[in-house]
Amino acid sequence: MSEIVIDAQGLTKRYGQATVVDHVTFAVSSGEIFGVLGPNGAGKTTTLLMLLGLSEISDGQARVLGHDPMREPLAVKRRVGYLPDAVGFYDHLSASDNLHYTARLIGISAAERNRRVMTALDRVGLADHSEKRVGTFSRGMRQRLGLAEILMKDVRIAILDEPTSGLDPQATAELLEMIRALKRDGVSVLLSSHLLDRVQSVCDRVALFSTGRIALMGTVAELGREVLGGGFAVEVEAEGTGLAQKLAAVPGVGTVEETSPGRFRLVADRDVRPEAASAVVAAGGRLTRLSVEEASLETVYTRYFQQKAGQLGDTRHAA
Amino acid sequence: MQREGSPWQGLGVVFLKETMDHLTSARMIVLELLVALAAVVTLSFATEQIKEVTAEDPFIFLRLFTTSRNQLPSFVVFLSFLVPLMAIGLAFDSVNGEHNRRTMSRILSQPIYRDALLFGKFLAGLVTLSIGLVALWLLVIGLGLIRLGVPPGGEEMARALVFLMVTIAYAGVWLALAMLFSIIFRSAATAALVTLGIWLVLTFIWPAMAPAIAVAILPSDPMTVFTGSQMLARLSPSTLFNEVVVSILNPEIGSVERLLFLSQTRGAVVGAPLPLGESLLIAWPQIVALIATTIALFVAGYVLFQRQEIRA
Repeated sequence: MSEIVIDAQGLTKRYGQATVVDHVTFAVSSGEIFGVLGPNGAGKTTTLLMLLGLSEISDGQARVLGHDPMREPLAVKRRVGYLPDAVGFYDHLSASDNLHYTARLIGISAAERNRRVMTALDRVGLADHSEKRVGTFSRGMRQRLGLAEILMKDVRIAILDEPTSGLDPQATAELLEMIRALKRDGVSVLLSSHLLDRVQSVCDRVALFSTGRIALMGTVAELGREVLGGGFAVEVEAEGTGLAQKLAAVPGVGTVEETSPGRFRLVADRDVRPEAASAVVAAGGRLTRLSVEEASLETVYTRYFQQKAGQLGDTRHAA
Repeated sequence: MQREGSPWQGLGVVFLKETMDHLTSARMIVLELLVALAAVVTLSFATEQIKEVTAEDPFIFLRLFTTSRNQLPSFVVFLSFLVPLMAIGLAFDSVNGEHNRRTMSRILSQPIYRDALLFGKFLAGLVTLSIGLVALWLLVIGLGLIRLGVPPGGEEMARALVFLMVTIAYAGVWLALAMLFSIIFRSAATAALVTLGIWLVLTFIWPAMAPAIAVAILPSDPMTVFTGSQMLARLSPSTLFNEVVVSILNPEIGSVERLLFLSQTRGAVVGAPLPLGESLLIAWPQIVALIATTIALFVAGYVLFQRQEIRA
């Protein structure tokens, strides 16, 4: 699990004067789903293309499965699958013909080609549509066909650029399930997205991109603690008297706030739901609801960029 | 440092797929029907004319290509317009089409170099055109055999074959030009318009302008002006092609052409047909220039394509 498959050190991309990716450093371990998140234009796609050897690296170093994407692009591209943003296929060809073309480019032997194409189409649920022209496919089906291409290629790393953008909720859920299936096969996944809530559920670790730099990196929970100031927020809804004091006395609870009558918000240093429940019951109250606010990537994200904007505003005022 | 692996990996796959696409595309079928129609019509008129006029012509078969009648241009003239159109029609969207279909980054993320993609596309275009032109050439020869009832001589066939090769080289020039613009412009329509515009200028306007420019910039010595305007006109591939066709298909060059090739054919006797070797020698610089232009245009496109950012 700990073997590092993608290692980017100070990766930089410049177009003339503009620096699009600015000294980005991260590593992806084998079997991990790593999310590259950030607003549009933050340099996510450029970073992915540099790792694939499809875009020149201005500065810094990248190692993909031990190979340099600039010097040994074929070795990298043989074992890495790429699903571009809004992937396109040859519309006048059928789904299986499109995959057969790629299979020949990859160099899969004629004997094996048909089996691998059909297995891949079957796994993404397109077996019934294999002879249909891709021109008739919906966006979701195209994305799935793109995943089938990666499955067929039998890769060690899958690089997915905005795999869920433009998909309806059901298609998104199906696609994310397929990404999890990739992970179960032992494939490391590097995916980029600006849609956070969905992606959160599949990523082991994420890197938050902002104007070409990595602003934050870690697991979603770590980021939540870092940005949201730490602590668990437990919400308690209960009927009874003097509950606020009882709840404040629970070990580990920092502050208690009665947001509305019968509704309390506790900030604690750990998950205190069991203790809070027994405290309410012990005080003779009726517990109606108990929940813990998990750090959502969405809140981390908006809070982080709010803070940054705030700092920028401050410095402007100071100047 | 040397790149790892062969730049030709995947070339055959790309070539086969692109050739398949071309041969089955509606665009190609329309163009071929157009050319076939032009061939049948001009040949019918040409054979009529030949039957009426010629009694003893040693090169009666070559007349099939060059005879015109009733304001209808000869087959060669038709071909010199239609071949560039076919070539441009095949290649104007070859590279930007991949970008616009969003297939470029997906294909290039497979273990092949960009070389294979570009070269495969160019070869596929050239082979498709060659298949069309060979079929057309056979059609002309066959029609000629039926209508004239005279078998062609060995030298006539050799000249007709050289003509076929030169036509393919000429097609290559426009194919490479169209491909270059399909790399430069992301919009296929822009690429097509620019290529067609350049074709119009080089084929119709430039040959007419060349003498005027020569008069304006060169000293008034008539010989200097003449060679100068000739040299300027030869900047256009159409002029080059026409000159080759004249010397290959007209073994006994007429008076105007004789004048045109004065410098090269000093020893030739007026009226006597030149042997094939001599004709080839006269046309050789033009043939080389056509092939060199194709290579230069392709290399320009290759360099641009290698440096191009592939993200949409």
